[in-house]
Amino acid sequence: MSAFLRLLSRNRLALGGLIVLVIVVILALLTPVLPLKPPNVTDTPNRFLPPFSEGAILGTDHLGRDLLSRLMWGTRLSLAVGFAAAVIAATIGAAIGIIAGYYGGRTDNVIMRGVDMLMAFPYILLALAIVAALGPGLMNALIAVAAVNIPFFARNIRGVTVGIANKEFVDAAKLAGMSDAKIIVTEVLPNVIPVIVIAMSTTVGWMILETAGLSFLGLGSQPPRADLGSMLGEARSALITNPHTSIVPGLMILVIVMAINLLGDGVRDALDPRLKSGALSRPMPATMVSRTGPIPQPEGCDLLAVRDLKTQFHVKDRVYKAVGGVDLSLKPGECVGLIGESGSGKSVTALSIMGLVASPPGVITGGAVHYRGEDLVGASYEVLRSLRGRHVAYIFQDPQATLHPLYTVGDQLIEAVSSHRRIGRDEGRAHAIDLLKQVRIPNAESRIDSYPHELSGGMRQRVGIAMALANDPEIIIADEPTTALDVTVQAQILTLLDDLRRDRGLAILFITHDFGVVAQLCDRVAVMYAGRIVEKGPTDAILNAPAHPYTSKLMACVPELGEGRRRLEAIPGLPPGVDQLPQGCAFADRCHRVTEACRERAIPLEPHGAERSVRCIHPVEAPRTEAAQ
Amino acid sequence: MTEALKLTGLSKAFPVGKRLFGPPRALVRAVQPVDLVVQKGETLGIVGESGCGKSTLARMLVGLLEPSSGRIEIEGEPLDNADPAVFGKKIQYVFQDPISSLNPRKTIRQIMEAPLKHLHRMGPAARADRIAEIFAAVNLREEFLDRYPHEFSGGQAQRIGIARALAADARILILDEPVSALDVSVQAQVLNLLADLKAQFGLTYLFISHDLAVVEAVSDRIAVLYFGAVVEVGPAVEIFANPRHPYTKLLADSAPVVGRALKAPEGRETELPDPENPPEGCAFRARCPRATALCAAEVPPLTGEGGRHPAACHHPLEA
Repeated sequence: MSAFLRLLSRNRLALGGLIVLVIVVILALLTPVLPLKPPNVTDTPNRFLPPFSEGAILGTDHLGRDLLSRLMWGTRLSLAVGFAAAVIAATIGAAIGIIAGYYGGRTDNVIMRGVDMLMAFPYILLALAIVAALGPGLMNALIAVAAVNIPFFARNIRGVTVGIANKEFVDAAKLAGMSDAKIIVTEVLPNVIPVIVIAMSTTVGWMILETAGLSFLGLGSQPPRADLGSMLGEARSALITNPHTSIVPGLMILVIVMAINLLGDGVRDALDPRLKSGALSRPMPATMVSRTGPIPQPEGCDLLAVRDLKTQFHVKDRVYKAVGGVDLSLKPGECVGLIGESGSGKSVTALSIMGLVASPPGVITGGAVHYRGEDLVGASYEVLRSLRGRHVAYIFQDPQATLHPLYTVGDQLIEAVSSHRRIGRDEGRAHAIDLLKQVRIPNAESRIDSYPHELSGGMRQRVGIAMALANDPEIIIADEPTTALDVTVQAQILTLLDDLRRDRGLAILFITHDFGVVAQLCDRVAVMYAGRIVEKGPTDAILNAPAHPYTSKLMACVPELGEGRRRLEAIPGLPPGVDQLPQGCAFADRCHRVTEACRERAIPLEPHGAERSVRCIHPVEAPRTEAAQ
Repeated sequence: MTEALKLTGLSKAFPVGKRLFGPPRALVRAVQPVDLVVQKGETLGIVGESGCGKSTLARMLVGLLEPSSGRIEIEGEPLDNADPAVFGKKIQYVFQDPISSLNPRKTIRQIMEAPLKHLHRMGPAARADRIAEIFAAVNLREEFLDRYPHEFSGGQAQRIGIARALAADARILILDEPVSALDVSVQAQVLNLLADLKAQFGLTYLFISHDLAVVEAVSDRIAVLYFGAVVEVGPAVEIFANPRHPYTKLLADSAPVVGRALKAPEGRETELPDPENPPEGCAFRARCPRATALCAAEVPPLTGEGGRHPAACHHPLEA
């Protein structure tokens, strides 16, 4: 709740709306005790007194009634009716929506078709019909306005409820023996309330307007009692001669509705989880760079060299050191595996290479990425754009999320090419078919016109690979490309990637958490833990004799097919959060070889034999017998 | 040994193209009639790829889905109507996604109390005792009880999910991919915990997973599902080492293993059959290297021969 208020107060407009609304509401509540003239006593000799007259600050109306008094009483009435209508509409609408969404099937169908029918009428027509049937009067206007707005709530809440009713915790509640009514009240409703509040806060203003509209037409509040709408209605005939009688209630309506709408938008922004997580903040086209310290210079002849890369996320006053100094290199035709658990920084490393980490909150705070000797960190957006997809291409984990659902795969392949060079229609299509054949999609000529949802997961990932290949890149960065796939499909995708790099000399940076995959595909491997590489070297050497305790423990806790039933070696504890890394070794708390020295200072990545290096002062001396499996 | 769970001809068909009135356009068979027996104290592993009907089967077993045909017997008693509240005392479910299986707006204590309150009608004092007992068994600190689910890591949340299933005092747990959302280092912790709990409380497990190595490490017997049907069932030590069904062999060959060269075990079309137009005969024949005319004509029955475990294949692989 306090977080909500803090978020709300950051929005200046919403805060202004809140203040205005609070003042208006307090004044309306205090109206009976304020020293005002009676609102309904006529005084015809003093009709149409202008504002700032003696005894009538806002003047009088056509019957000589004090406008200030009528305005205050009218505001009170309009606010009460508007809020009451909103509460009634929200309660009934939410009840209908929750029942339809929770039970689904035929119940849902019948209820929602009824609601659709209500929505098919223009609201004012429907409200008029209801008032005509019930007779004029403020209570009936309230009922009409509430009824007209029920479908809006019902549809909104039904949509949210369908999502919640299919959540696993609802199944769990059923298995805990709870009745449907109990589940609706204790499991579904608490999760729907924020949506109800959002919907209400954005519609109260609208309902006040609608009530005023009905009163203006003479169908709402009946004389002599005034609400803002009926005041406007009565002043209509004197609009030209005595404009102040219209302007006074008109301004009040404007102020109230404006304040409520500004506040409502603020409430929605503060409560909506999607907006809270920054859906409205547009990421920059390339990751923000603010490097301190010396910038590493290119050395050697690697195709791609990552030098001491540091990427952080700055969220409020916390700094998450997602990547804390990573060195990697890639030669043509080489496949390097980057292995680690979630949160180890492997994906952020991969995205940092082409400046694809979302900023804000991501910032590259140090190091360099050399592509053929040119530093990509700090390169202009134009340079990065010309390289992205053209020389360095990505394959992501979830092809469903990376392919656009509304374009055919052929269109997307052609677009990938045409963003780097001009290509004719026929040539583009031929090229796209060729690409699909290269990734061994059967019937490429017909599949090119398929939409992503028409393909299986394995086929979609092949299209993802075809898109990465579209511009004949030198480097492919594959971020868990097979994690979402079944094993039989995974084997095929891995074989495809392996063939491609052998045939074309592609360099692949392969990010995964699976040692089996690394063993089959990668020449060299780097193991990441808490944002740093803890061990790297040739795949065979590391898998046969891991030197870092983390690597050896991680390998031991993964079951492997063919070893039969057994107890696994678990690693106790959890990795440290990257916003509170210890001073010394990040693995110390979980390590069985830990000593005092491990915690004293940062451990450097030091050579371990000819081609390997390890970030440990007590590396595992792996027995040779175990190594030769 | 006694039978903990017995399924006889259990199947599920979903209607597609529903209409407001009248029958649906077609029926899709998600689970073909399945016969399975799980002995008391056994862990039966169920493996299969996405879309093979594992989750549909699991949801029927706990009463969240009504079977289209067949029956479920738990410890000899049939459970005919799909009522999770009746199933809940005998058989419980551990969900794949530990976070989304906990209501974000309830404290862990409220979540833990639900089965005790509604299934067992326990009073507040008895509930507190029982929760303390279970939390001790799953190595969770009692101070967690007043926190909300988002404050926990995946591994901790999955322990809470397991604790909730234990609270119902069911003797059979359906574990639906219980570790696939977890990191490998945490996965081993949870698998070991499950093994300890099984020994401590004399539980029976149905362990569903797509990860062959995990299933092999925890199961006594394994059933392989393909296109909604059991194609092979046998001892865990044997089924991947000496598969009889070509599909089981394909699975075993596809799993990445350190020290085995990379080769795609299958070069042909890998699409699953269209569920709305199921093929005649064996569902695997389009992908099978041993398929013959017989496979197109007849659905192979699940039978064992020569003392080996049952497989649904006309041309099973030799040992």
